Amino acid sequence: METRELICIGCPLGCALKVEIDQGKPVNITGNTCKRGEDYARKEVVNPTRIVTSTVAVEGGSQRTVSVKTREDIPKEKIFEVIKALKGVSVQAPVHIGDVVVCNAADTGVDVVATRNVI
Amino acid sequence: MIKYDIVIVGGGPAGLSAALSAKENGAESILVLERDKELGGILNQCIHNGFGLHTFQEELTGPEYAARFIEKLKEAQIAYKLDTMVISISSDKVVTAMNGKDGILTIQAKAVILAMGCRERSRGALNIPGYRPAGVYSAGTAQRLVNIEGLLPGREAVILGSGDIGLIMARRLTLEGAKVKVVVELLPYSGGLKRNIVQCLDDFNIPLKLSHTVVDIDGKDRVKGVTIAQVDQDRKPIPGTEQYYACDTLLLSCGLIPENELSQELGVAIHPATSGPRVDESFQTSVEGVFACGNVLHVHDLVDFVSKEAKAAGRHAALFVRDGAGRKKCREVPILAENGVRYTVPCSIHPEQMEDAQTVRFRVGDVYRNCFICVYLDENCISRKKRLVAVPGEMEEVILQKKDLQAVLGLSQITVRIEEA
Amino acid sequence: MGESSKIFLWMGKRKVDIMYDVIIIGAGISGCACARELSRYRLSICVLEREEDVCCGTSKANSAIVHAGFDAENGSLMAKLNVEGNQKMEQLSKELDFPFQRNGSLVVCLDEEQAPDLQALYQRGIRNGVEGLKIIDRTELVKLEPNISEHAVKALYAPSGGIVCPFGMTFAFAENAAANGVKFQFETKVTAVGKQEDFWMVKTSQGEFQARYVVNAAGVYADEIHNMVSADKLHITPRKGEYCLMDHSAKGFVNHTVFQLPGKYGKGVLVAPTVHGNILVGPTAVDIEDKEGVSTTQAGLEELLDKASATVKNLPVRQIITSFAGLRAHEDGHEFCIGQVEGAEGFIDCAGIESPGLTAAPAIGRMVADIIRELACPQENSNFVGTRKGILDPRSLEHEKRAELIREHPAYGAIVCRCEMITQGEIEDAISRPLGAKSLDGVKRRTRAGMGRCQAGFCSPKTMEILAEKRGLTPSQITKCGGNSHLIAGTNKDRI
Repeated sequence: METRELICIGCPLGCALKVEIDQGKPVNITGNTCKRGEDYARKEVVNPTRIVTSTVAVEGGSQRTVSVKTREDIPKEKIFEVIKALKGVSVQAPVHIGDVVVCNAADTGVDVVATRNVI
Repeated sequence: MIKYDIVIVGGGPAGLSAALSAKENGAESILVLERDKELGGILNQCIHNGFGLHTFQEELTGPEYAARFIEKLKEAQIAYKLDTMVISISSDKVVTAMNGKDGILTIQAKAVILAMGCRERSRGALNIPGYRPAGVYSAGTAQRLVNIEGLLPGREAVILGSGDIGLIMARRLTLEGAKVKVVVELLPYSGGLKRNIVQCLDDFNIPLKLSHTVVDIDGKDRVKGVTIAQVDQDRKPIPGTEQYYACDTLLLSCGLIPENELSQELGVAIHPATSGPRVDESFQTSVEGVFACGNVLHVHDLVDFVSKEAKAAGRHAALFVRDGAGRKKCREVPILAENGVRYTVPCSIHPEQMEDAQTVRFRVGDVYRNCFICVYLDENCISRKKRLVAVPGEMEEVILQKKDLQAVLGLSQITVRIEEA
Repeated sequence: MGESSKIFLWMGKRKVDIMYDVIIIGAGISGCACARELSRYRLSICVLEREEDVCCGTSKANSAIVHAGFDAENGSLMAKLNVEGNQKMEQLSKELDFPFQRNGSLVVCLDEEQAPDLQALYQRGIRNGVEGLKIIDRTELVKLEPNISEHAVKALYAPSGGIVCPFGMTFAFAENAAANGVKFQFETKVTAVGKQEDFWMVKTSQGEFQARYVVNAAGVYADEIHNMVSADKLHITPRKGEYCLMDHSAKGFVNHTVFQLPGKYGKGVLVAPTVHGNILVGPTAVDIEDKEGVSTTQAGLEELLDKASATVKNLPVRQIITSFAGLRAHEDGHEFCIGQVEGAEGFIDCAGIESPGLTAAPAIGRMVADIIRELACPQENSNFVGTRKGILDPRSLEHEKRAELIREHPAYGAIVCRCEMITQGEIEDAISRPLGAKSLDGVKRRTRAGMGRCQAGFCSPKTMEILAEKRGLTPSQITKCGGNSHLIAGTNKDRI
C-alpha cells in the first residue's frame, strides 16, 4: 500500500488530500471537504490530465500571436508533446475563438483551438 | 461638452460587467473609456484557463472570458472608446480624456464608475539592492511580452513572489522553452492559489522556496544572476544563508497596487489597507455619484468575483442616476475590520437603504487554522462560522441580512473579526 | 581651421579617421558643455563616448542640484565655477530649454552647539560671492518646511540654490552642440592617447582619431586618460552615492533642497524635490574601486532613510519608486582639475568634476573653451545658434493648443506611459531628433516614459515597439541601455 499526498485544485480551498493506493488504484481518499476533492484525487492518481494553453504565430493580423488551448484536457505526460506540435505553427488572420489551429495534437485526440479573435 | 449618464473608466472585466449591469438596470447612456487598443483589460494577456467557473460554470481562458462580455457589450450597443486615457475627473463628474482621434474630450457624467484596475509592485518599491541591468521584469510585463508579442524575455529565470501571476508565468516560460530555476517567496506561505502551485510549479518540478528573498542582483548590462537568502520572522535576510542562482531574468510578482491616482486627485477617500477607495454597500465612494469596483477597489483573486462585484456597482450607479443625485439621508453604519481581518469591502453600510442581503468581502492578515469568522452587530455576535483555514491570498466573505441589521435599534457599528478556537 | 582642416590619412592600408581640431573624451555634462561652448568657433569637433548615449555616467545619477556655492573652499576653482555656473543657469535653461527651478536651499542645524559651524558656512558663502544668504530661526524654518525635524534649531537659507534635470541639461548641451556641427561618436572607448608630431592620436575601440586638441572630460576615467599623456599622475576614486526616489504623489513633502549641517551625525543626506515633482533622498558616500560599480546595497538604502529622518519627519517611504547609485569622480585633492596638462601641449584636462560639477558645468564649458580659444585662436562660428528646443511637453500647452496639436499629430493624443502621462508623440520625437534615443533608457531619460511609479512595467512593451519601428530594429536588438543589455532573448518555442 502506497500513500500519495495531493493538494486539491478543485477550488481555492486547496484541501490536502491523502490517497491510499493499492496496485495502482486509489482505495481510500481522505482530507477532502467535498465530492470534487475525491474525484480529483482519483483522477490525479489514475489519469492526471491538464488543459494546455500557449500561443502560435499569426500572419497578417493586428498582433503577432494568437492564444490557443487544447479544447479538452489531455494526459499530463503529453504536455510537452502538445507544445512541440505547436512549434512553427502559423495561422492566417482573421482567426476566431474556437478555430482549430492543430487537429489531434500529438495524437491526444484533442484539437488545439484559438482562444481569442485576431482580425 | 459631451453628456453621458454613466462614464466608466476602464474596459477591463470590472468596467465591462459594470456597463452591462448598468444597462440592464435601466441606464440608457453609458460610455466606457479604455486606454488600451482593445476591450478586456489584463484578461487579454491571461491566456491560461481557470476563468469563469462561477460566472459561466465552465472553464475559460482570459481572452475567452473577456470576449463573452465584449460580445454582450456590443449587443447591448453600449458606447466605448479605445486608446483613450482619462486625464482627470472633477468632483462634479466632468471626465477629461484624450486620444489621437478625438483629441481632448470633456464629458459630463451623472455617475462615474472607477474601474482602472491595478499595477504591479515594482523593483524600486521593493527596494531590492544590486545593479539595474536589463532582464528584471514584473511578471505582468513578461506575461504581455510572451502571450501577446510572442517574445521570450529570457532563457533562465528566477521568480520573486509566489503571487498568481508569478506562478502562471513560471509555467508559461517553461512551456515556451525557458528554464525557471526557482520561485522565491518572502512569506512563510504562498500568496497564490493552490491550483497554481500544483499545476504551475509541481507539474514542472520548479522549486518554491518560502521565507526567502532576493538580496542582490548581479550583472551590469543584462542580469547574470541573483542572490537569494532566507529571511527571519521579521522578513530580514539571515546572513550566511545566501545562495547564488545564475540566470538572465528576474521576474517580480510581489503584489498588486490599485491604481488610484485619478481617484485621489478627484478627492476620493482611500482605505490604507486596500489602497482603494472607501465604499459603502452601493460601491459609492466618498464622492457622491462616483462608484468603484474591481481591482481598483481592492485586489481580487478571481475575475469571477470582479464581475460579480462590478455587476453590483453598475446596478447601484444606474439606480443613482434614475433616482437623481442626492442620497437619501439615512444612517451609515461603519463596518470595522478587527483581529486578523485587514479590511472589508464595503467599509460602511446604510441599513435602511441596503438590499436584502449584502456580501461583505475581506482578507485576513495571516494564516489562520481552525478559526471562526465572526460578525458582531454592536456587542452581539450574530454569526460565527468555522473555517478550517483562512489565508491572506484568498478573499473571504460574509453575508449580512437587512433584517438582522434593522432588528438592532440604533446600530452603531458592525465588526468582522477572526476568533481562534 | 574649421571644415577645411579635415583630412583623411592613410597609413599603409589602414584608414585613419578624420583629423579634428578638438576631440572631447566623454559625453557627460562636462564634455557636452565644453562641446557646446567650443561650437561657437570654427572648429571641427568630435565627442567620443564609450557608452551608447550622452549622460550615461556621473551625469545621470546625482543629486540634480544647482548649488548656491557656500560649500566649496574660499578661493578654490570649485567655488568660483560653482557661483558662476549658478548665475548662468537661469538664462541658459531658457536658451536651451531644460527644466530648472530656483527653489532655494536650506542647511539645517540640528544642535544649538553646532550654530558656530552654520555661521562659518554662512561666512564662507559670503566670501564665495553667494547672494541672499541668511540664517533663519526655527520658526521661519518651519514656515518654509513644515515637515522639518523637531530637532532642527536653525538653518542657512540660500535663495539662489536650485534644482535642475541633469538629463535634460546634458541633452540640451549635446543637442545644441550637434546642431552647431559637433560630431558625436558613441560606443567608442578610448584605449590610448599619444602625441604624434603636432597632433594627438586617439586610439579607440572604433578606430583611430586625430586632433590638435584633446579635452579629457572622462569622469571617473579621467585619471586613466590623463595618465596616458602625463607622468604627473592623477588619481580619481569612484565615490559611490546611493539615492532613492519617491513618486510625485509625494510632491510638496519638501519644497526646498534640505541639506543637513555636517556634524556629529556625519555628513547627512539631502532631501530635495526634483524639477518633475518627485522627492529625492541621498546620497551616501562610499569609496570603491570599480568604476562601473553602481549597484545599490541594503545597508546603503537603510542608511539613507535613517539619515534623512534626522532632518525631516514623516518621510513618505511608501512612495519610494526606485533607488539607484551614482559615482562621483573624486580627485584626491578634491578640486576641479581644469587646464592644459604640463608637458602635453594641446591636451586639456577637465577632471575631478564632482559636486558641484553639474552646477559649474556652464562655467566649466566656458573655461575650457577659453583655454582652447587662446591656444588655437579660432574664428567665431558665424552660424552658431545658441538656442535649442527640447522635446515638446504637451502638458505645458493650454487646452486648445493641445487639442490642436493632437489634431495635427494624433501621436500626441496617445498616452504610452500612463504614470507620467507621456505620449507616443514625445517618444517618437525623442528617438528621431538629433542624437536621438536608441534604447529604453535613452527614451526614459529624454521623455520620462518609464520613470514613474510602475517603473516601465506597463509602457516598456509599447516603447520597445516604437523603438523597433523608428530605428528599424528587431525586438531582440533593442536594449535597455546599449551594449549587451538586451531586453528580449528570443521568441516563443524557438529552442524547443
